[in-house]
Amino acid sequence: MSALIEARDVTLAFGGNPALRGASLAVDAGDILSIMGPSGSGKSTLLHCLGGILVPDAGEVWLDGRRIDTLDEQRRSALRRDAFGFVFQFGQLVPELTAEENVALPLLLGGTRRAAALTEARSWFGRLGLDGLQRRRSGELSGGQAQRVALARGLVSRPRVLFADEPTGALDSLTGEQVMNLLVDAARAQGTTVVIVTHEPRVAAYADRQVIVRDGQTSPLTVERVGS
Amino acid sequence: MSIPLTLLGLLEREASHGYDLKREYDSLFGRGKPLPYGQVYSTLARLARDGKIIAGEAEPGAGPERRRYVITEAGATEFETWLTEAVPPEPHLQTTLFTKVVLALMLGRDAHAYLDTQRLAHLRRMRELTDLRRGGEIVDVLLADHGLFHLEADLRWIEATSGRLDQLAEKVRA
Ligand SMILES: Nc1ncnc2c1ncn2[C@@H]1O[C@H](COP(=O)(O)OP(=O)(O)OP(=O)(O)O)[C@@H](O)[C@H]1O
Ligand SMILES: [Mg+2]
Repeated sequence: MSALIEARDVTLAFGGNPALRGASLAVDAGDILSIMGPSGSGKSTLLHCLGGILVPDAGEVWLDGRRIDTLDEQRRSALRRDAFGFVFQFGQLVPELTAEENVALPLLLGGTRRAAALTEARSWFGRLGLDGLQRRRSGELSGGQAQRVALARGLVSRPRVLFADEPTGALDSLTGEQVMNLLVDAARAQGTTVVIVTHEPRVAAYADRQVIVRDGQTSPLTVERVGS
Repeated sequence: MSIPLTLLGLLEREASHGYDLKREYDSLFGRGKPLPYGQVYSTLARLARDGKIIAGEAEPGAGPERRRYVITEAGATEFETWLTEAVPPEPHLQTTLFTKVVLALMLGRDAHAYLDTQRLAHLRRMRELTDLRRGGEIVDVLLADHGLFHLEADLRWIEATSGRLDQLAEKVRA
């Protein structure tokens, strides 16, 4: 089976400082891949290249047989909106919006009517243990609550690929476990492929495959199926 | 895992047949590794020989050996002592991993590659335990947790070592 999303030998430098130095990985449709590695090794940068947020200096990114790193900004932006969901490592919720509006945002941007988008958004709150917080603004949520709202926002549009950067970073282990169970169940139910950056082995253990990034390079041993 | 003492513990509650002991052992402690009948009966025979239990008369009937086992005072005392003792901590858990890393460095092999291989093996096992846990009842959950936390500790060590290989290399090549 050919990969749904793939990075081939991706290189990227920030002002002369190399962040990625030939990183490659491939994820099959419906699979969950985890990316681990030391701080500063290039995990988030790789995720952003895969998700069409950053454009590599060299190398290629492919989605479902289409090269996407060569698309212009407008097309990449449409792709991000229509095919991808994101849970970012930092500062993700829009402070002016309520929690439910934040969750509904990808749907609203995709053209769904407000009432329908909000109904869909609200359906996530119970499942994530967030009941009663629908109308709070992000400044009125705890770190862990905000992270779960962000997860709902990443999944709400049923994206083909969900990119999640440390989605359990601010959660205690029990809540982290609930979030991971939910993420995995939702992804499997809607056929979403997941790329998850984490430094927690227990989170990585939910994935079908593992990749380790070190010094901007993916470890060549790493693309390997685990489990069934 | 101390099988004789575990069987003593089950017999401490009530006298039982070998067949029932095996079934109970398997359901609580034998996850993925059921106790073979032969081992149940040889263990019971040894406990009887040492005076920790007494084998009752064979009861008439077909099927597996029908004999009830009863714990003795000596058996109960030994079990009680064992139960209250701390399990020795295992400070040398990392010996093999550490040895391989040091030798790899010493011989100029790729210690990072070894650590990655080890990391993947650990993650694979963690994945299996996570699956077991997700579908499991409380016994599975807690047993899987025990394994997961231990593997996680190893992984932390692998992580820490991986970040300090240069330092270690200097030391072993000096
Ligand atoms: N926007 C940026 N401008 C300049 N340098 C950057 C930028 N983003 C990342 N870097 C640098 O690129 C390297 C890789 O960063 P990246 O965020 O991908 O690391 P990471 O593996 O996600 O780390 P962490 O686990 O700490 O999140 C680092 O050296 C970082 O300082
Ligand atoms: Mg990062």
